[in-house]
Amino acid sequence: MTQPILKGRNLTKRYGKVTALDNCDFELMPGEILAVIGDNGAGKSTLIKALSGAVIPDAGTVELDGKPVKFQSPIDAREAGIETVYQTLAMSPALSIADNMFMGREIRQKGLMGQLFKRLDKKEMERIAREKLNDLGLMTIQNINQAVETLSGGQRQGVAVARAAAFGSKVIILDEPTAALGVKESRKVLELIQDVKSRGIPIILISHNMPHVFELADRIHVHRLGKRLCVVDPKKYSMSDAVAFMTGAKEPTQAEAEAVAV
Amino acid sequence: MSNSDNYEAAASGASTEVASFADTKKGFVGQFQHALHVNPAIVPLIVLVAAIIIFGLLLGSRFFSPFALTLILQQVQIVGVLAAAQALIILTAGIDLSVGALAVLCTVVMGQFTFRYGLPAPVAVAAGLAVGTAIGAVNGWLVSRMKLPPFIVTLGMWQIVLAANYLYSNNETIRSQDIEAEAAFLQFLGTKINISGAIFTLGVVLMIGLVFGLAYALRSTAWGRHVYAVGDDPEAAELAGVNVHKTLMSVYMLVGFICGLAAWVMIGRYGSVSPSATTGVIGNIQSITAVVIGGISLFGGRGSIIGAFFGALIVGVFELGLRMAGADPQWTYLLIGVLIIAAVTVDQWIRKVTA
Ligand SMILES: Nc1ncnc2c1ncn2[C@@H]1O[C@H](COP(=O)(O)OP(=O)(O)O)[C@@H](O)[C@H]1O
Ligand SMILES: [Mg+2]
Repeated sequence: MTQPILKGRNLTKRYGKVTALDNCDFELMPGEILAVIGDNGAGKSTLIKALSGAVIPDAGTVELDGKPVKFQSPIDAREAGIETVYQTLAMSPALSIADNMFMGREIRQKGLMGQLFKRLDKKEMERIAREKLNDLGLMTIQNINQAVETLSGGQRQGVAVARAAAFGSKVIILDEPTAALGVKESRKVLELIQDVKSRGIPIILISHNMPHVFELADRIHVHRLGKRLCVVDPKKYSMSDAVAFMTGAKEPTQAEAEAVAV
Repeated sequence: MSNSDNYEAAASGASTEVASFADTKKGFVGQFQHALHVNPAIVPLIVLVAAIIIFGLLLGSRFFSPFALTLILQQVQIVGVLAAAQALIILTAGIDLSVGALAVLCTVVMGQFTFRYGLPAPVAVAAGLAVGTAIGAVNGWLVSRMKLPPFIVTLGMWQIVLAANYLYSNNETIRSQDIEAEAAFLQFLGTKINISGAIFTLGVVLMIGLVFGLAYALRSTAWGRHVYAVGDDPEAAELAGVNVHKTLMSVYMLVGFICGLAAWVMIGRYGSVSPSATTGVIGNIQSITAVVIGGISLFGGRGSIIGAFFGALIVGVFELGLRMAGADPQWTYLLIGVLIIAAVTVDQWIRKVTA
């Protein structure tokens, strides 16, 4: 049997009286698109933050490629090849698109200026940033040096997605990546997700958009009250089944709850 | 699923141009606003040039001479160096009330290490720089690790450092003649260079070098980008892969070090070492004034250090110009007050470029 590429066991995270994650298990298989669905406040964002180093769980373990990992910060996870588009996008509004795309992994100039004076290679970073945004086809860029705060919500989301897609090598996590996007822009992001998948990189996709989820996902992790309720196969279940599970209108049978492995 | 295809198909006939980056705000005002957003030092530069021209017209060659104009540089060298330090802290959305007191403490350390312990002057200067850096590190640690507000941390540190400065020095001044005779290196930055009437001190040269060095680091190195990102939105910066703690520590330690440099500049300028130098009490407000007039946002993440330098120069031009014009010194304070409020108003306006 194939090993999960990313695995969580008994993950728990409390915020004061709120238990955002309650003994939650999680598995992402190599090469798959795993959708995570659940009501607002179910703990989806907390779950992916526990996997990406943004939140340090109170209890539980995370394994990447079968090896236990303890990320202390998002930088650790990034170095391990996990890229995340957070729901809040994690952009510095006053800085440019290029600055934001290369935040924390800036490219230095070659030679003396780079080594001695740590001078950044802005031209190169701008070139790559423009290329990545063009790949996404999400926007026609006139000025890559434009401050992110001058972009619309959808454009910002596009930049965040492009950043993750450009740098993720092991796992890409997308927390509601199309929430602020229009129909056409969403379509571009869905295409990008397919494209990333075809490169063999598995994706965790949090979304409230059931048609998108059922179109893309290989498996659907249903999250409820801080834990995984069940994992369903979008080919065997309907959208209304999934919504019924996630809202608690319908409880999975014992067999359904256990049928989590692929 | 078929219905999902349908609604998207309806959009397929639409224009293929999506979310273009074209600037919608045309016209002079919009372009000016954008230019300021990209280059926030423009406003203080305009004010500075205008002030020099106005005083030049009013006072003629008395003001508009190499001597008078470089005198301004000499008079602002201490505040200019402190403003560079303050600008770094304010870019991280902090504020440092302890910079002036710390500079005075460092002068005392430099003086006492030579005269009380008999250490060579260069060693004493290094000790002063080290004390500055160490106290900066304490401020940084309290802000970054203990998550205390910078205002409170540095308000406390201001009092602690000022009191320590009096206690350690026994409130004794070291006279200029004694320093000149026994430890002239302490006054090294007071060395004057005369270029046909224009008089620069090494302290002035250091101030200008420091400002341009920091401007380079902030604009063209990863560290500089991180300083802006941390000041803009620390949570976003952390999620985007910036080590916020390390960045804040580096800024506060560098600021402590720069306060040590300011101390050395002070000894060069005054000749003596005095624990009751006014910089200890008003250095913080003077540096904040320069930074604000220089267009650096108190909310962090916006502005340029060159602007803070212009801010310090503007204050210097007003002080000298009004004094030469024989005006009541209160006019200086009044006009600087007006400039502060005007600068913050402009900052708010620039921040409105958001789409
Ligand atoms: N930083 C935080 N501080 C306090 N409570 C939080 C924090 N983050 C999340 N929570 C709480 O944890 C629960 C789960 O939140 P979240 O993971 O964001 O849910 P979802 O993404 O599924 O909407 C919510 O009740 C939320 O209020
Ligand atoms: Mg969420």
